[in-house]
Order: sequence, then C-alpha cells, then structure tokens
Amino acid sequence: MRLILRRIALYVVTAVVAITINFFLPRLLPGNPALAVLGKAQSAESPQAVAALEVQYGVQTKTGEWGQYVQYWVHLLHGNLGTSLNAYPASVGSLIRAALPWTLGLVGTATVISFVLGTLIGVAAAWRRGSWLDNVLPVMTFFQAAPYFFVAILAVALFATKLGWFPASQGYDTATLNPGFTWAFIANVLDHAVLPALTIVLASAAGWILGMRNMMITTIDEDYVLLAQAEGLPRRKVIGYAARNALLPNVSGFSLAIGFIVSGALLTEIVFSYPGIGYLLFNSIGSDDYPVLQGIFLIITIAVLLANLLADFTYALLDPRTRQEA
Amino acid sequence: MRRLLRSPKIVTGLCLTVAFLILAIVGPLVAPYNPNSSASTTIGIAQPPSAAHLLGTTQTQQDVLSQLLAGGRSTILVSLVAGVAATVLAVGFGVAAGYLGGWADDLLSMLANIFLVLPALPLLIVIFGLLGRSNNPNDLLIGFIIAVTGWAFGARQLRAETLTMRARDFIDSAKIIGERSWRIMVFEILPNLVPIVATSFLFTVIYGVGTFTALSFLGVINTSQWSWGTMLYWAQNAQAAQDVHIQWWWFLPPGLAVGLFGTGLALLNFGIDEYVNPRLRTAGITGRRARKAGLPRRPQHGLTPVLRSPEAA
Repeated sequence: MRLILRRIALYVVTAVVAITINFFLPRLLPGNPALAVLGKAQSAESPQAVAALEVQYGVQTKTGEWGQYVQYWVHLLHGNLGTSLNAYPASVGSLIRAALPWTLGLVGTATVISFVLGTLIGVAAAWRRGSWLDNVLPVMTFFQAAPYFFVAILAVALFATKLGWFPASQGYDTATLNPGFTWAFIANVLDHAVLPALTIVLASAAGWILGMRNMMITTIDEDYVLLAQAEGLPRRKVIGYAARNALLPNVSGFSLAIGFIVSGALLTEIVFSYPGIGYLLFNSIGSDDYPVLQGIFLIITIAVLLANLLADFTYALLDPRTRQEA
Repeated sequence: MRRLLRSPKIVTGLCLTVAFLILAIVGPLVAPYNPNSSASTTIGIAQPPSAAHLLGTTQTQQDVLSQLLAGGRSTILVSLVAGVAATVLAVGFGVAAGYLGGWADDLLSMLANIFLVLPALPLLIVIFGLLGRSNNPNDLLIGFIIAVTGWAFGARQLRAETLTMRARDFIDSAKIIGERSWRIMVFEILPNLVPIVATSFLFTVIYGVGTFTALSFLGVINTSQWSWGTMLYWAQNAQAAQDVHIQWWWFLPPGLAVGLFGTGLALLNFGIDEYVNPRLRTAGITGRRARKAGLPRRPQHGLTPVLRSPEAA
C-alpha cells in the first residue's frame, strides 16, 4: 500500500507541474504568443470571448501573476479549460469531450491487444531461442523505430487504397449513418477502427516482445524452473510458471510505454482522419488554436497518469512483495 | 573490441549508422536539384521515378531525392544534439542522485520521475506551437528542447547502477583518501558506467529522430525547412497514400530513412546489451547451426547454449 501511496503522490505532483507549465509557458516564451492569439481573436470574435482570453493569457488585467494563477486553478477545478479560438463559441472542454471517447476506445483496445500478443510472442521467442522467431526480431525493430504515422501511411496505401479491404479515413461513415446504438453503426465503427488499431498494435508490439523475451530468457535459467522440469511437469505448466514471473518487469515497463503509445496513437489518428484527440490536435495546430492545444496537453497528461495508476494497481496485485511491505 | 565487432547486430547497426552520418554530411552537397524549386509549373500531379528524377517528384514537381538528401542533415543533426544534451542531463542527474543519496536523491529522483510520466509529445507540441512557426527555432534549439523531455529514462537507469556501485570497496577507498565528491563521481564511478551511458545515448538519439519527425509531420515546426518529417507532412497533405495512384515514391523514402536510421541505432543498442549480458545472445546459434553442432532442439534448462565457432577457436 505504501508503494501505491507514493505513486499517487508522484502523480499528483506531476499533474500540478503540468498545470503550472501550462499556465506559465505562454507568459514566459519569447514573442509573447498570448498577444498573437489575441490579435487573431480580436478580428474574429465577440468582445466577451476576447475578454475571456485576456483573462486566460493574462493580458490587460490588473490582477498580478499570482492572482491569475489562482484564478486559472479555480477555472480548471470547475472544468473550465477556456474557449476555442477556431470553433467559437464552443468551449475547449466540449471539443475534447466529443473527441475523447474515440481515442480512448481505439488506444485502449489496441494497447491491450498489443500487450497480450506481444507478451505471448515474447514468451515463445524466448522458449524457442534460435528458431525462426529470432529472425522476426530485426523486422519488429524496424516497426518500432519507424514512426507510427509512417506505419499508418503504409497501412492506408496497402490495405485501404490498393486492396480496398478497409476504409481509409474517418471513424464511421458520416455520409450515410447517424451515431446511435444500432447494429449497423457499431459494425461500421468497428470496420473503421481495424486499420488504425492494427497500426498501433504493429508499431507498439515490438517493445513488449523484446522486453518479455529478454526477461523470460533470464527467468528460464532460474532454479525453480529447472526443478519444475525435473519434476516432470508438462511443458505448458513450466512455461506458465516462468512466464508469470517474467511478466512483472513488463507490467512496470507499461508506465514508461503508455506515454509513447498515446503519442503514437495521436499521430495515427491524423493519418486516418479519425475523429479523436489526435485529429483535433492536428487541426488546432493548423489554426493556431492555443487554448485547445493546451487543454489537450492537460487531458492527455491526466489520462496517462490514470493509466499509470492502473498499471501500479495491477503490479501490486501480481507481486505479493509490494503488498507485504506495509 | 574485436569481440564487439564479431556481433552481426553491432556490425549491421554500425554500417547503417555510419551510412546515415555520411548522408547527413554530404547529402545537401550532392543533391541534384534545389529541393524547393519546381521543375514545372503546369503539371499538378506527383510524377513517378524517372531518369531525370530518380525518386520522382512531389505534387509541385519538386525533386524527392533532393529533398531526402537535404532533409537528412537537419533530421540527424537535431537527433544527435538531442541525444548528447539528454545524455549529459541523464549522467548529471542520475550519478548525482545515486551517489549523493538522502534528500538530494529524493529531489532529483522526483524530478526524473515527473519527466518520465509527463507525456512528452503533447508538451513539445504546446511549446513549439506557442513558440510559433514565425519564430523559426534553429536545429540546435530544437534539439535542446527535445532533450529536456528525453533525459529521465537514462537518469533512472544510471541512478540505479550508481547505487550498486556506491557500496563497493574502491569507492570507499577513494573516500578515505579524501577525494572530493565530484571527483569520485566523474573519475571513479562514471568510467564504470560507460555501457549504460552508451545505450542511454543511443536510446535518446532514437527518441530524438522519432520526436523531431513527429513534430515536423504535425507541422508544428517550420514546414518550409526540409527534414524527413516535413516531407511526410507534405505527402500526407497531398493525400499521397489515399490517391488512386499511390504515390509511394513520395512517402516511402523519408519514412524508410527514419526507420532504418532508428533500426541501426537500436541494433547497436541490442549489441551492447548482449555484450553486457551474454545470455541474451542469439548470435550464430540459428536452428540449422545448432542441429549441425549436435545441440538438442528442445531447450535445456539451466544451460545457456554456447557454440564455439571455428573462426573463434
């Protein structure tokens, strides 16, 4: 329990740091981006919106920096992330709320598939060291080193454009279908999700495979595995014993990987015009929509921290030593 | 050293890396065209490879090969700068935290852990977005900013290794002689960490390539300065993969270049890992050779199969 509490403390501090960075960055960077934003806003938007932005970026206000900082926190705690410059009068919160389910569904499913598949392949590669599986490793290395979005572009070119097996863009057929709990809609969403998910699995599985293989090779040489085999247990059982113990570092490695996977998934969405956070991010970059960019940074940070916490709980569940400590 | 060079992973990785370094140095000089100039203003579709344009052209009739050669330099420069800067930070934080211990360790480890869980790419997007494309940050600055988000993993590894070293006899004796802390860290501990520093450097260079390419692909860094990421940005903008006639010559070269450069560095990394931990090695023991040497097909527990190659004997 102490471990979990320490991790929670770390995540809270990290969240505070992220929020503080978010507040001070536009005020500290050269060229005063806040003024540029306002310059853009003044020509296009209502006086109220401009006033709200002035508060958010600390321009023409008599409140000191500290007062603004407190005010920023109050806004955040009320769930107010500001107003979009581009999709005025939509709030940043509403834009993110619309996009978030798509990303969560896609990244969540793909990450689970990739973790399970990668771990299993890693076990097999360690057990049959020297078999053809070892030759697959360099190929996997390439997929890991190549950017996610390049893998995505390849997937679009091959499976969507050339073979026509799957749709190349969007989250569902916007022209013919309305979102709802209908069979046709769900099937259509799944059809559109296959290629982006495949891309994320392909690009992220290599890490799990290599981690699991290397850990498994070390574990196989342990005495208890030797004993298990000397006792004449069926091979399947022996592998099970070894794999369960080799799995731990992979679970703790999860917290390192999740940030990379989420970032990669955002880029993948852009290639597929998938209506999630990544696509929103891309559009906001193109239109200099700073409030949305900053809101997305905060939301992703919170999501990554929560995923980390989940991994920590899993770790504590799997490893009795972490529970005994308290 | 010769044992290092016998590993096929090290050799392949070294060849790839050196080839790309040469490309970065001479690339812009040997580019057949100016990467910005259009060969024709009347044609509006990307042209497939031909004798005049070995890798074809973009939609605006710019030469893809020239862009690839010109873009390599900034891509590789940024990633190397990021790698060096991040490694310096990682060594500084990691060794100091591990050696000093106490509240200094708590503070430095906390900092490293924060940067470890903070999602780097969204943070960089906000930073570069606010910096503005008009501010046009140069390659060095871009590398440094990327490094700030990429040092934490190396620092954590180096800290753990320093911790195990702190209790060794030679450190105690250095303390008794009266060496200062910084001297012990730099001259006693650091030389023993070289393999870990090397892998951490390679790791951050890979991170740098990927991150810089991603940022350029997003268009958050100046899109008129050539890098492999900006090439992909323009290719994606023109829907080169979605077009009925897939313009593979446009998006394949820059993507392959990034992937192969990263693969080269990763292979070097694995090679060093295997050098340090021989159990991970597969080198040479393929199924056919194992059978020829009379090794059992099914793995034996408690044993690491080792083959003496004829050359080595």
